[in-house]
Amino acid sequence: MRHHLILRVVTKFLVGTIMLYAFYVQFHGDFSPGGGFQAGVIMAVAFILYGVVFSLEQVQRVFPPWIVHKLAALGVLVYGVTGLYSLLTGFNYLDYTALSPHHPEHGQHYGILLVELGVGITVTGVMVAIYYAFAARNPIISDEEW
Amino acid sequence: MLVVTAIAVVRMRSLFAMVMLSGVFSLLSALLFVTLDAVDVAFTEAAVGAGISTVLMLGTLALTSRFERPSKHSPLIPLFVVFVAGAALIYGTLDMPNFGAADAPAQTHVAPDYLARSPHEIGVPNVVTGILASYRGYDTLGETAVVFTAGIGVLLLISGLRGRRRRDDEDEATERGPGANVQNAASDAALNTGPKTGGQA
Amino acid sequence: MFDEFTGPFIIGHMNYWLFIILMMTGLYIVVAKGNLVKKIVGLNIFQTSVFMLYISMGKVTGGTAPIFPHDLDIDPDVIYSNPLPHVLILTAIVVGIATTSLGLALIVRINEEYGSIEEERILEIEQAITVAENTAHGDVMGGRG
Repeated sequence: MRHHLILRVVTKFLVGTIMLYAFYVQFHGDFSPGGGFQAGVIMAVAFILYGVVFSLEQVQRVFPPWIVHKLAALGVLVYGVTGLYSLLTGFNYLDYTALSPHHPEHGQHYGILLVELGVGITVTGVMVAIYYAFAARNPIISDEEW
Repeated sequence: MLVVTAIAVVRMRSLFAMVMLSGVFSLLSALLFVTLDAVDVAFTEAAVGAGISTVLMLGTLALTSRFERPSKHSPLIPLFVVFVAGAALIYGTLDMPNFGAADAPAQTHVAPDYLARSPHEIGVPNVVTGILASYRGYDTLGETAVVFTAGIGVLLLISGLRGRRRRDDEDEATERGPGANVQNAASDAALNTGPKTGGQA
Repeated sequence: MFDEFTGPFIIGHMNYWLFIILMMTGLYIVVAKGNLVKKIVGLNIFQTSVFMLYISMGKVTGGTAPIFPHDLDIDPDVIYSNPLPHVLILTAIVVGIATTSLGLALIVRINEEYGSIEEERILEIEQAITVAENTAHGDVMGGRG
């Protein structure tokens, strides 16, 4: 899409905004609609948009595939370790009271933030990885045929 | 609106238009979710259905073909199956509570409990997030693992292992008899003629 | 049995019936159409209509979205819809797109092996390969071929 000037300029505007919005959805998810799943998808959309309008090589220079694959695993790890932490401090698995034993409500709040962060990281990683996998193949149909 | 879009998807021959219509279908269903008070779900559906799934389907179309070949089978048997299944399902709904009834079984067991307890137990205004991450934390852990596993599956299927696959192909080519190669050539020829003629039409 | 078909009953059940029509449209696409990408879209339609069925069960008349005011000062008169279906469906959507992409990846691989994404064509090729293999092995075994 080298010749679509307007698309490229608008994309440069949008990608940052979309990422900012993804962070808002991620960390404001306990007060307004949103959470890890949505934030992960929106974050992935930012990278996918960049990749579609510019090129796969350009987006992979920003966000290399090996980081994407590690991120997908890291999210599940964050989630699981949050549970293990509460297990090790003498509470039930995924009982967030463990994060702040004297103030259970705060513990719940921290726990939800951590867990949602894990979900968000995994969803971002997996979605971007799937996009890379599809986009890295050589298309049979050329651009002109569309 | 939803029904019209769905039927248009059935009739459509061009896969490109069909994928676009499925994006429209997702957006419409997101609107429906908003009117049914499920704002979180609408949010997800709009981002996933209209965004990522359309991109992925277009990616698949770019790797395969753009037009559907008309089926030679008669549509009568599938129609019969569909009507019987639909009639059975509609018969099943006759015992369901009315839409929006506050005394429906779904509304009287755990849901009021969650709504009553989450303000002082969790202290998070969005009840959906509270239930998702805290009360049903195991559930969400499982779902995250499923997403992760699906990602691994896609990577294993269509990327990464290219070096090893090429070597396998060479081995296979030497092992396979002449008959198999003829078959491959035939399918390659069909592939080359199929989409091209469609594209010019 | 038919005396219960009154106006309020029909209106109260209309939503279920509409979702069943959508569901059956999806099922028809899956069963009747030979194109694999189209089958996936049919599955998606089916899936989305199941989501709508769940969400519509959680709706309470006069209710609002289950989000409390920020200061958690809850007015007891306000009715909230059932948040539980929302949670279940929220995760199901994201899992749905992950599994859909797995299906699409399978289609891409099938297209590489067979050169087609039409079910009938794939079956033909599969049959021809079986015949060819039988012939080859038949020769080796000294059979009819």
